[in-house]
Amino acid sequence: MSGRKIGEVILDLQNISLRFGGVKALTNISFDVREHEVRAIIGPNGAGKSSMLNVINGVYHPQEGRINFRGEERRKMEPHMAAMQGIARTFQNIALFKGMTVLDNVMTGRITKMKANFLEQAIRIGRAGREEVEHRKKVEEVIDFLEIQHIRKTPVGRLPYGLQKRVELARALAAEPSMLLLDEPMAGMNVEEKQDMCRFILDVNDQFGTTIVLIEHDMGVVMDISDRVVVLDYGKKIGDGTPDEVRNNQEVIAAYLGVAH
Amino acid sequence: MPEMASSRAGDTFPRLLFYHGQVRGDKTAMREKHLGIWQSWTWSEVAEQVRALACGLAGMGFKRGDNLAIIGDNRPRLYMTMAAVQCLGGVPVPLYQDAVANEMLFVLQDAGIRFALVEDQEQVDKLLELKGQMPELEHLVYDDPRGMRHYNQPFIHDVEALMAMGRIHNQNHPDFLDGEVALGTCDDVSVMLYTSGTTGKPKGVCLTHKAFISAARGGIAFDGLTANEDILSYLPMAWVGDHLFSFAQAMVAGFAINCPESGETVMTDLREIGPTYYFAPPRVFENLLTQVMIRMEDASAIKQKMFHFFMAVARRSGAEILDGKPVAFSDRLLYLLGNFFVFGPLKNVLGLSRVRVAYTAGAAIGPDLFRFYRSIGINLKQLYGQTETCAYVCLQPDGQVKFDSVGKPAPGVEVKIADNGEILVKGPMLLKEYYKRPEATAESINADGYFMTGDAGLFDDEGHLKIIDRAKDVGKLSNGAMYAPNYIENKLKFFQYIKEAVVFGDRRDMVCAFINIDIGAVGNWAERRGIAYSGYADLASRQEVYGLIQECIEQVNAGLVGEGMLADSQIHRFLILHKELDPDDDELTRTRKVRRSFVAEKYAVLVDALYSGKTSQFIETQVRFEDGRTGKVAADLQIRDVKTYPVVRHAA
Repeated sequence: MSGRKIGEVILDLQNISLRFGGVKALTNISFDVREHEVRAIIGPNGAGKSSMLNVINGVYHPQEGRINFRGEERRKMEPHMAAMQGIARTFQNIALFKGMTVLDNVMTGRITKMKANFLEQAIRIGRAGREEVEHRKKVEEVIDFLEIQHIRKTPVGRLPYGLQKRVELARALAAEPSMLLLDEPMAGMNVEEKQDMCRFILDVNDQFGTTIVLIEHDMGVVMDISDRVVVLDYGKKIGDGTPDEVRNNQEVIAAYLGVAH
Repeated sequence: MPEMASSRAGDTFPRLLFYHGQVRGDKTAMREKHLGIWQSWTWSEVAEQVRALACGLAGMGFKRGDNLAIIGDNRPRLYMTMAAVQCLGGVPVPLYQDAVANEMLFVLQDAGIRFALVEDQEQVDKLLELKGQMPELEHLVYDDPRGMRHYNQPFIHDVEALMAMGRIHNQNHPDFLDGEVALGTCDDVSVMLYTSGTTGKPKGVCLTHKAFISAARGGIAFDGLTANEDILSYLPMAWVGDHLFSFAQAMVAGFAINCPESGETVMTDLREIGPTYYFAPPRVFENLLTQVMIRMEDASAIKQKMFHFFMAVARRSGAEILDGKPVAFSDRLLYLLGNFFVFGPLKNVLGLSRVRVAYTAGAAIGPDLFRFYRSIGINLKQLYGQTETCAYVCLQPDGQVKFDSVGKPAPGVEVKIADNGEILVKGPMLLKEYYKRPEATAESINADGYFMTGDAGLFDDEGHLKIIDRAKDVGKLSNGAMYAPNYIENKLKFFQYIKEAVVFGDRRDMVCAFINIDIGAVGNWAERRGIAYSGYADLASRQEVYGLIQECIEQVNAGLVGEGMLADSQIHRFLILHKELDPDDDELTRTRKVRRSFVAEKYAVLVDALYSGKTSQFIETQVRFEDGRTGKVAADLQIRDVKTYPVVRHAA
């Protein structure tokens, strides 16, 4: 039923290796992400999934390998540069401002789009006022999209976990990203919350054409919503392909279910 | 309300609408909060949009006498659709929007729905699911385009496209719609509302323009409502109360309706709008009060002291001041101070500062709850009515509000009590008929033209009607004493800790009860006592909670023993259910009334255990989740005996 068209490769990772001292987090990993697709990274605990996301948005700098984003070879990159290029993300252990309201938290997602300088914003003169109205409008659209109107003015710290996750997604969406990195968006949720989250992820992908890279533990969820899946184990890639291909991959089965020695 | 040009001018809703469009075209008719901002439509804008909708529907082939299903939350576009359908001489049929697809099927088939206008993708999906079973469905129009991009079935339309089509149609045939409106008469059916189906299959109640307009006029005159009222429209559109308050009365008086942003933001929207005229079922008032009390417990000591001091003043004299009765000067002074420090800010927080008249109905309201709102100066009153009577039979007049009655017969309504205690009603607001059910119509209206409400009641010395129970529910205990289950259940539900109660006793030797605790109130109570619990089932099985509920029941028994003929109905044994009764499991109706016989059958083992003297019973129950999947919950329920009071028999 989907009308979106999966396009060209926009992110290409070649032979990525990442070490922390003597610990090899990622070893010689290559995979790509196509425009408009939902790409999942799965693997057992400690497989290197979050490290992979951190490499993509520039938190970690791999010692080896090449990253090509939208045709540009990327050298050293900092997270804010990734944000400027249209990559937004959410975190495994929710990173919101707990004392601030949902609205203010989502507003911070617009930071890269704000042009008024600090002084203008502080005393709200000139373009700062106009900009705020525009940003607020965009933020309200996101709030409407994720159906969180009822908690608009609630401090984030008072919200249950499932809703906080949704607020984090809202903040990422407020940046109007072309690529969205989601780190375990459904961890710790009940069945109903998971279903809602799946629906939102698919809606974002469908309505805005946002490319989505997600890490997830819940295999059922991954297999249902992803176009392609890459499987990591102990920092190595052991599978890559459509959900069906991955499901039938012997190495993947062994990594997940264990293997008789 | 100003005089109308001719006697026909205001006798149907479309004529009323176009009248308001002319005389108060620039006044606000509807508001809805969207993207965080209140959007408004004036009467002339509403009239224009209704015209476009109506012409668009006509262009699609909608004809006089057709029924159109309306499914969704309260939204201006859906209210406009009702008027548009009426313009064409059709009948709008609003459905409960939270019903699952299969529950809707019966009504959709019964009403022979060819056209439906629904709110969003969720409702479209439900109708698509049913499409195979209702081939007569020809056109499906949606209001909110979100998520609808890939629905390319030719019979699904965007309402904007429909209206664009209608505007062209209107340009080409400028006299068409006025001609259609002129054809309408006040005896046409204006709306069809389905009964909730507490007893058997839902029945379509056909109500005429005349019925609803006379009910609306009566209510407006009774409470002195004007065109300047603001009302929050948040109760299901399929419910007769919402149709009376948000549609009929707004159309007659010309006041503004306000639609909330979403179902979950109602409390915030209430505060922002500050309605002057407010309607809510008792459970909404109860939730509000519970929230206030919970927040008060977290307030600082000074605030708590102030609150309790002035609440005591309000309890003593608040209701009397509201009723204009004499009150000691010192209390009057203290009440003024209290109003400044406590009641005023409290009403403001609740969004009720501007309320002139508030009504509650649909279920019995607890005396403490009722008194609370009245004592802080909110003119909360009760009314009584059914779907079949446009929710208009009895109203409590200002200054004569009693906690245990529903007031006096409303203007134009005649009420009498039959020999078996059943309440009979006659007046212009009665239903025309049940849709395609002549035998049911004949059964419910007697030879003298009285509608038989099915409720048992009596008039007190001052002519106020008091409702006891459903006439058919009133039974007898095995010793012949009268037994009124709803009456007892309501007494139980007046405790904030008890959310639902189901009692048994007809043709039995004693009364026993199932209890559902209120997870909010009991949860808070448990927290304060440091009782840890994991969820509803766990909390419900706690000894401490059983003790708490037992105390409540003993208080009810103490009250019942003094009520003469109901003294034998004291509750002897009870248990707390391991799951909340839920409309999704068919245990409650969509209006949250207990389906007693269904519950009795489903939990037959538990009923047997209550009457066989066991102290615990194992039960496994199927539950249905919101997405339609099912699961099982099991529990070992304890059963407790309750203290009862000896019945003193007066010598006859």
